[in-house]
Amino acid sequence: MDFFLQLLINGISLGFLYGLAAMGFVMIFKSSRVLNFAHGEILALGAYLFLTLVTWAQLPVIVAFLLSLTGSFIMGFVIERLFLRPLIGEPLIFVIMLTVGLAAMFKGLILLLWGGNLYVYPDFLPGWLSLTLGPVTVPPVYVAAIVIGFVFLGIFGLFFKFSSQGIYMRSVADNQQAAMSLGVHVRRVFALSWAIAALVAGMSGIILGIISGINVHDLSAVGLKVFPVVILGGLDSIGGAIIGALIIGLLETFTGGYISPALRDVVPYICLIFILLVKPYGLFGLVEIERV
Amino acid sequence: MKDNILLQINNISVVYSDVIQVLKGVSLAVSEGRIISLLGSNGAGKTTTLKAVSGLLKPENGEVTDGNIEFDGKPIQNSSPETITRMGIIQVLEGRQPFKYLTIEENLRVGTATRWGKPYKRDMEMIYEYFPVLAKRKKTMAGYCSGGELQMLVMGRALMAHPRLLLLDEPSLGLAPLVVREIFQIIRRINTEQHTTIVLVEQNANMALQIAHYGYVMENGKIVMEGEADDLKENPDVKEFYLGLAASGDQKSFKNVKSYKRRKRWL
Repeated sequence: MDFFLQLLINGISLGFLYGLAAMGFVMIFKSSRVLNFAHGEILALGAYLFLTLVTWAQLPVIVAFLLSLTGSFIMGFVIERLFLRPLIGEPLIFVIMLTVGLAAMFKGLILLLWGGNLYVYPDFLPGWLSLTLGPVTVPPVYVAAIVIGFVFLGIFGLFFKFSSQGIYMRSVADNQQAAMSLGVHVRRVFALSWAIAALVAGMSGIILGIISGINVHDLSAVGLKVFPVVILGGLDSIGGAIIGALIIGLLETFTGGYISPALRDVVPYICLIFILLVKPYGLFGLVEIERV
Repeated sequence: MKDNILLQINNISVVYSDVIQVLKGVSLAVSEGRIISLLGSNGAGKTTTLKAVSGLLKPENGEVTDGNIEFDGKPIQNSSPETITRMGIIQVLEGRQPFKYLTIEENLRVGTATRWGKPYKRDMEMIYEYFPVLAKRKKTMAGYCSGGELQMLVMGRALMAHPRLLLLDEPSLGLAPLVVREIFQIIRRINTEQHTTIVLVEQNANMALQIAHYGYVMENGKIVMEGEADDLKENPDVKEFYLGLAASGDQKSFKNVKSYKRRKRWL
């Protein structure tokens, strides 16, 4: 029973992490229909940025954390400005191929700057963050992952539902030409969605780095793990992404714990296929409104 | 009626993808506070003319290659839609393009994109006063509304921007005659109460000429006729081609048209 509970907790916090990573992915897809294959690398860049600020620049953790988030946000803006904007109006497949190229470029850049070794952050999360639930103890980093996941989900939910900017972002996703005819600044919306996506990705990169160390290959692989998550949850639903992420997270830890660690990475994909057979739009994807 | 010219189109040519010429020297003038209607058959270039004004040609790879467009004395040809909408020109696109997954209320809020501080509460009341149907369906996703409601929605959405010049592209498309009448009455009310200048593109020439002050007829990318709406209504050519009446005033019968009979065999 203790083992089960431990797996459950691990699965949930892993799920929240995937959810955070997926949130940024969904945001870009929602506003511009671009599948961002460089998501894992952007996430890794955030983790490395934090590492540099904490270990090399010796900044206090909280300052370093805020600076890396700002840095990721700006990086998102810059990526959109330099690489994506010239391709506005071109077929989507070009843009998607471009993100594949970006992924390779960023990976190379990271290897060049930091090398391929495994780094670890100094231990900075305070001990009081850990939770004891009966027989199981939840390590601080998992608690942090769950809390941050909840907070951001709430912030984004409110942002998209009530703020003007959030509504404009949804309107662009819905009907770009109509949004343009009403004076919505479509390019600014794209830039903002990339920036927010990079920010969230950077944050999940930092938390993943705390859990499993910082290594380009491991971190960028999470970018791929995002695919089953978002397809499961529905490509354009942020809430769906979180649910999908929880399912994948739990599946992973339970197969790892009860069946075999080797199957860990396979079972989510198998499950994905079955769910898609039943619900092709994902669990919470937008069902195309068809007027007849 | 004051005769201050708000929009002046001088001899513009529009080319799509560098090769397809759609407009070949179109000129027209729109006086402030009036309703101008732009008539013509499919493919005459009416929509392209509107898009040239609102800046929506660019995303479709179209360009004004010749001539110029002046709004309030300032040249606006080939400007971006963001700039043009902020000057007060809002186009209501053909075929009702709502944001399907946003509620009616959220759709209306997008209309405030061009305005400072994005105020929406008071304007929303005004829109619901013009279109009471929308008030009842505030929280409904637009994708589930009927055609008439959607046409009112997209017009209301444009009004939220407080436009000085409203470009309406075929508001009667695919709507029941009663709804069409209601919508045209509202267009007239908007014009008189909000002092919004309106350019109305229509296939329904009869309806359009009833509310318009002045009209232009387009064919093959050119303006072929223009005049006060009342004169156009009486013009024998307009009667025959757009109002469906023979020169004598009788209803035209398709029985007399040979080509129609011949075509029928193939159908």
